[in-house]
Amino acid sequence: MSDLIEVESLSKRFGSIVAVDDVTFSVPRGVVMGFLGPNGAGKSTTMRVITGYLPPTAGTARVLGHDIQKEPVEVKKRIGFLPEGAPLYGDMTVMSLLEFIAEIRQLHGAKAKQRIMYSIERMGLQQVLYQRIETLSKGFKRRVGFAQAILHDPDVLILDEPTDGLDPNQKHHVRELIRELGKTKAIIISTHILEEVDAVCDRAVIIDRGRVVSNGTPTELHARSRLHNSVVIRVRADAAPKAVKLLRGLSNVIGVETGTIHDGRVSLSVVPREGKFIADEVGMAIRQNSIEVDEIHTEVGKLDEVFRQLTVGHEQAVLR
Amino acid sequence: MRNVWIITKRELAAYFSTPLAYVFIVTFLAGAGAVTFFMGDFFGRRQADLQSFFSFHPWLFLVLIPAVGMRLWAEERKTGTIELLMTLPVTTGEAVVGKFLAAWLFTGIALGLTFPIWISVNYLGDPDNGVIFASYVGSMLMAGALLALASCLSALTRNQVIAFVIGSAASFLFLMSGLDLVLGMFRGWAPAYVLDMVASLSFLTHFQTIADGVLPLPAIVFFLSMMAVCLFVNAQIVELKKAS
Repeated sequence: MSDLIEVESLSKRFGSIVAVDDVTFSVPRGVVMGFLGPNGAGKSTTMRVITGYLPPTAGTARVLGHDIQKEPVEVKKRIGFLPEGAPLYGDMTVMSLLEFIAEIRQLHGAKAKQRIMYSIERMGLQQVLYQRIETLSKGFKRRVGFAQAILHDPDVLILDEPTDGLDPNQKHHVRELIRELGKTKAIIISTHILEEVDAVCDRAVIIDRGRVVSNGTPTELHARSRLHNSVVIRVRADAAPKAVKLLRGLSNVIGVETGTIHDGRVSLSVVPREGKFIADEVGMAIRQNSIEVDEIHTEVGKLDEVFRQLTVGHEQAVLR
Repeated sequence: MRNVWIITKRELAAYFSTPLAYVFIVTFLAGAGAVTFFMGDFFGRRQADLQSFFSFHPWLFLVLIPAVGMRLWAEERKTGTIELLMTLPVTTGEAVVGKFLAAWLFTGIALGLTFPIWISVNYLGDPDNGVIFASYVGSMLMAGALLALASCLSALTRNQVIAFVIGSAASFLFLMSGLDLVLGMFRGWAPAYVLDMVASLSFLTHFQTIADGVLPLPAIVFFLSMMAVCLFVNAQIVELKKAS
């Protein structure tokens, strides 16, 4: 049993609204899975079902082999959960909250003390330990929520938008922590920050309107981009038409897209046929025709573009 | 059981971390004192008992108990901490009972702080302390039943004010259900056994039998089963409302 989290044909309906529709995926130990999707796609609902907060309408999920419906308490023992918005008891101090969580997670004595100290230190909470949580900034609240989730050293971490509301330094810090914990645990993080996928995730599942529309590695996701392996060159604006004509003639190129003009320069994206590697070919053509180039690089593919491509149908329908 | 106690401890601490606890205790003590001496005519009766003290408890509780119970689940839902609590390794039942016990203990602390009046009446005369003890038990049982009701209703809403108002209204109906005020609503159209049933739900009647000095089993069973039923329904409502 290598998959710590198994989600099987999971569906969740609220009345006539289908929030999660036949979702299946699994996460083995040592993998950080990014859970992506537009707002309202069903990310939080799926996480709430896995953590045993909401019962599924159909299908099920298992955590370390324990079924969420048959053994909810066993599942909850093995999960560290950071709910969306990191709700916490505002009337408690950081220390008393962590002690409460440790007690209810059945950590005692020296072990409890050690885990509390570890969480405090990892999340940098030393200077706010005896402050009431309601007086803390958004960033600190998020970190307390995170500390609470990792307190019992769970095998499975489920984090709903863990970096939301953090400043860039804190974001970097939390991502490093997730990557480090991800070596020995199974982690699901939901996010709509696409750079986070590249920064921390080994796998990415995209859902839209409750359905899984993509499930693969970030590299595979990049490869789905139309611009995957396209070559971007920057040339003088007046030389652009000639360059476009020349590059269109190359056998492995299906098109050239012209960007906007900046300081008399323009970017051209040379899109390859079937994602072929064309940097050589383009470079050669440029040199042979002595076109002056400021910059040349290969695009791995734009995640936000893939994301839009996979989920945009819905957005447009809504806007119309 | 272990989990119940951990939750109870946290909830009890939560009461004392806000001014609500102190406001409540002061109001309860001042209110209890005022009605005993002025409306109950404690001295004028020239009787060494605490009847003038206990007979007003139902009316004090009518306002004060829903105020203690209103936050139990409404606040939890409003701040979203219910998601944190219900994903910890505890069952819904443990959470419901733990929170209820905290509120009940808190009420017990307030009730316990009325002890000077017990000392006073012993100083002034020679009261039947058995009756007074039974009355305290009865008062505590009635408070528990009203709290369970308030807790159950507070799970229906995320707004504490609404929880308070419906809690008070429901408490009023249950207190008065033995009196014509409530029975009149049923008389004329409902069969006699319904009337009897409604009348038998009266908190006031049951409290009175206890305050009379005996601890009758039916009244004790009534209050305890009232708590059990309310808390059971409370757990069902919490489960149902998690989704919304």
